[in-house]
Amino acid sequence: MSISHLLDDYQMVRDEERCIKCQVCARQCANNVHWYDEESDKMNSDGGSCVACQRCVTLCPTDALSVRRRPTSFRTNANWTAEVQTAIVKQAETGGVLLSGMGTDQPHPIYWDKILLNASQVTNPSIDPLREPMELRTYLGRKPDRLEIDFSAYTPTVTTRIDAQLKLEVPILFSAMSYGSISYNACLSLARASRDSGTFYNTGEGGLHKDFYEYGPNTIVQVASGRFGVTPEYLRQAAAIEIKIGQGAKPGIGGHLPGEKVNRAISETRMIPEGSDAISPAPHHDIYSIEDLRQLIYALKEATAYTKPVGVKISAVHNVAAIASGSVRAGADIVAIDGIRGGTGAAPTVIRDNVGIPIELALAAVDSRLREEGIRNQASIVVAGGIRNSADITKAIALGADAVYIGTSALIAMGCHVCQKCYTGRCNWGIATQDPDLVRRLNPEIGTRRLKNLLRAWSLEIKEMMGAMGVNAIESLRGNRAHLRGVGLSDTELNILGILPAGS
Amino acid sequence: MRDSFYIPSGCAISGIMSEEGRLFGSDMIMSSIAIMHFRANGLGGGFAAYGIYPELKDYHALHMMYDSPQGKADAEELLKRYFVVRTDERIPTRPVPVVKNRPVLWRYFVSVREELKELYYDLTEEDIVVKAVMDVNKSVHDAFVASSGKNMGVFKGVGYPEDIGEFFKLDSYQAYMWTAHGRFPTNTSGWWGGAHPFGLLDWSIVHNGEISSYGINRRYLANFGYECLLHTDTEVITYLVDLLMRKHELPVDLAAKVLAAPLWKEIDRLPLAEQQKLEALRMVYGGALLNGPFSIVVGSSRMMIGLNDRIKLRPMVAARDHDMVFMASEEAAIKVVCPNPSSIWAVKAGEPVVAVLKDHAA
Repeated sequence: MSISHLLDDYQMVRDEERCIKCQVCARQCANNVHWYDEESDKMNSDGGSCVACQRCVTLCPTDALSVRRRPTSFRTNANWTAEVQTAIVKQAETGGVLLSGMGTDQPHPIYWDKILLNASQVTNPSIDPLREPMELRTYLGRKPDRLEIDFSAYTPTVTTRIDAQLKLEVPILFSAMSYGSISYNACLSLARASRDSGTFYNTGEGGLHKDFYEYGPNTIVQVASGRFGVTPEYLRQAAAIEIKIGQGAKPGIGGHLPGEKVNRAISETRMIPEGSDAISPAPHHDIYSIEDLRQLIYALKEATAYTKPVGVKISAVHNVAAIASGSVRAGADIVAIDGIRGGTGAAPTVIRDNVGIPIELALAAVDSRLREEGIRNQASIVVAGGIRNSADITKAIALGADAVYIGTSALIAMGCHVCQKCYTGRCNWGIATQDPDLVRRLNPEIGTRRLKNLLRAWSLEIKEMMGAMGVNAIESLRGNRAHLRGVGLSDTELNILGILPAGS
Repeated sequence: MRDSFYIPSGCAISGIMSEEGRLFGSDMIMSSIAIMHFRANGLGGGFAAYGIYPELKDYHALHMMYDSPQGKADAEELLKRYFVVRTDERIPTRPVPVVKNRPVLWRYFVSVREELKELYYDLTEEDIVVKAVMDVNKSVHDAFVASSGKNMGVFKGVGYPEDIGEFFKLDSYQAYMWTAHGRFPTNTSGWWGGAHPFGLLDWSIVHNGEISSYGINRRYLANFGYECLLHTDTEVITYLVDLLMRKHELPVDLAAKVLAAPLWKEIDRLPLAEQQKLEALRMVYGGALLNGPFSIVVGSSRMMIGLNDRIKLRPMVAARDHDMVFMASEEAAIKVVCPNPSSIWAVKAGEPVVAVLKDHAA
């Protein structure tokens, strides 16, 4: 084999004066960046295998380590950047499709940052959430147009039967992340945090480990194209079912869990042989049209006796409004939309970075379209794909979402540093790995607490923003685009978002 | 001196009704609204009066405002497609120096064309009137429908309410219910159509406050075919009341629980059946929740309803005395016309005060 032309991305910088040669870094790095040389009594590092996950830096007791981007050795060129050249070299050497983990790292526009929120002054008072109630409770599911009242009894009673709903105390759910793509301890942390915070996590397409059945009332189970782990029991355990059509990071693409990650527990949960690749096809092989989707939705509703909402998750693509409308008319109680900045355990880089549209535009288009058709109340909208903070959430709800899914934010809360190497299975933080030694690093008690803290902190901030706007119930924020203004956006973008420019 | 120290505190509203349907003149409502002079700023005042057209009580009374003769001609052309006009006339006014730039004010007593009822056999007569009102307000330049109910009318304009009342010769009318409004506009500039009460069919709304949920209330109403053209929150309240109480037939106490929904922590404490009812209301009618400070008096031919927002961010006082029910922004506005009511109380957040016309009356 010829010499590789690849250059290292990162280098380790070790402060020799501070280093006490305790070898924590060597033990912590699953990529074998650090090693101790007895002969010279020195710690050594090989930056070439460093992914900049910051594990060693965080755990070094003397702060002796830092990771640096290798100073550029490429000749400056706006067109043939280091990234472009590196990608070409990798493919020239391997002949393969480049893979990435996490959401796109390309600078696609982030519309959240170009949308600003309103606040009350004088004519209507702002409300202090520390003194006044501020309500975030949200129900996801199909709502009727109106309620029928029976007046024959002494006290009028509601005769309309409302379809099954998910009741959320915070408008934030944990995105679909399968057991397999993430570890047992990561799944457990998400499940417990959901139960304690009054929200839901999503199994992804990895099936449901029997240990997690006790969290069933806070679990959304996914039915994806691979049908891994889908059994009557799986459906029975869940609070809701989600049919996964697409994912923002890889619209139109299936999934692939490499056989190395399929250990005994995962093999049992997914119902596939140990060590075999788990491949989900790009389409569902029983869904080639909207009427096929309707059949699957109703098959799942029949299987669960109409006791739980059935949602459909789609990725934000050009025609998303029509697809969402069709899904609602096909019977979806919840439509989840995942934007181009959405995360993944593994996706072809070229797909991740180039296919799909930003979630903000998709959300605005879908909400407007469903309202135009008078069917907005027939399904809830949950949006995903790069939700970074409570302001993004508040803006998403004002644009028309009922709730948001967070994936990457939840992983960061548990320790992830977005190194984008999830597909290698060498996650030093014990999240995207099945190596028992690495998984043990994520203490589920601590993971749960950090996730709960994040939800709590964001809830408090959302309440502050709502109070400033002068509303004390989230239904008054939902779809209330009058509280949004755009800055630095074109007329066309403002039109699609359905908001006015700042100053008008 | 008092003027220069005065801090603006928003609008003034008042409502007076005889549950027995006894007719009475405008002097009480005029005194009641006048004593709250400083809650208004002269950019809008108005009245709704019920029971004023007993001779023509079977006809919808359309109170119109025209900014130009062309607007009048165009609107009449359009109205004729919907209605047969029994009679029409100039709304009587007298010149009042401070009331300036008045539009042409005209009223029509009309009934819906029979052939239209046949064409729209699945709509009620009221639905067709609403259609006509929306049509005029939307497509005729320089024309505005101030009210469209039976045996009632809205008299409003730019000025202090006491001047507007004088201008419209309210002293010549007898009604069993009067509501009034003095406006301190903040959201829209003072124009005649934008003054309160806001009227649709026999609903009239006077409103003190600002609705922070306006953006979603408006989009919610669009689902049901209501088009909000005036950019005022009072318009939104009127349509919501019409939707909930007329079209969805919610009783007044449940409609109030939609508009000023009880807090979840209150709902969670109730017996299960009651809990489920209120949970269903909030789930289904979340888009109709009026969030933000308000006190409103809703008039209709059969009742007068007073309502405060869910955490009472605006003042409202109610009183009863014999068959009379009073509701106003301030206690003084009641005491000035009824010094010793048999009961007087501060209206609670989200709990409607309802005065109902007795069955044998009217």
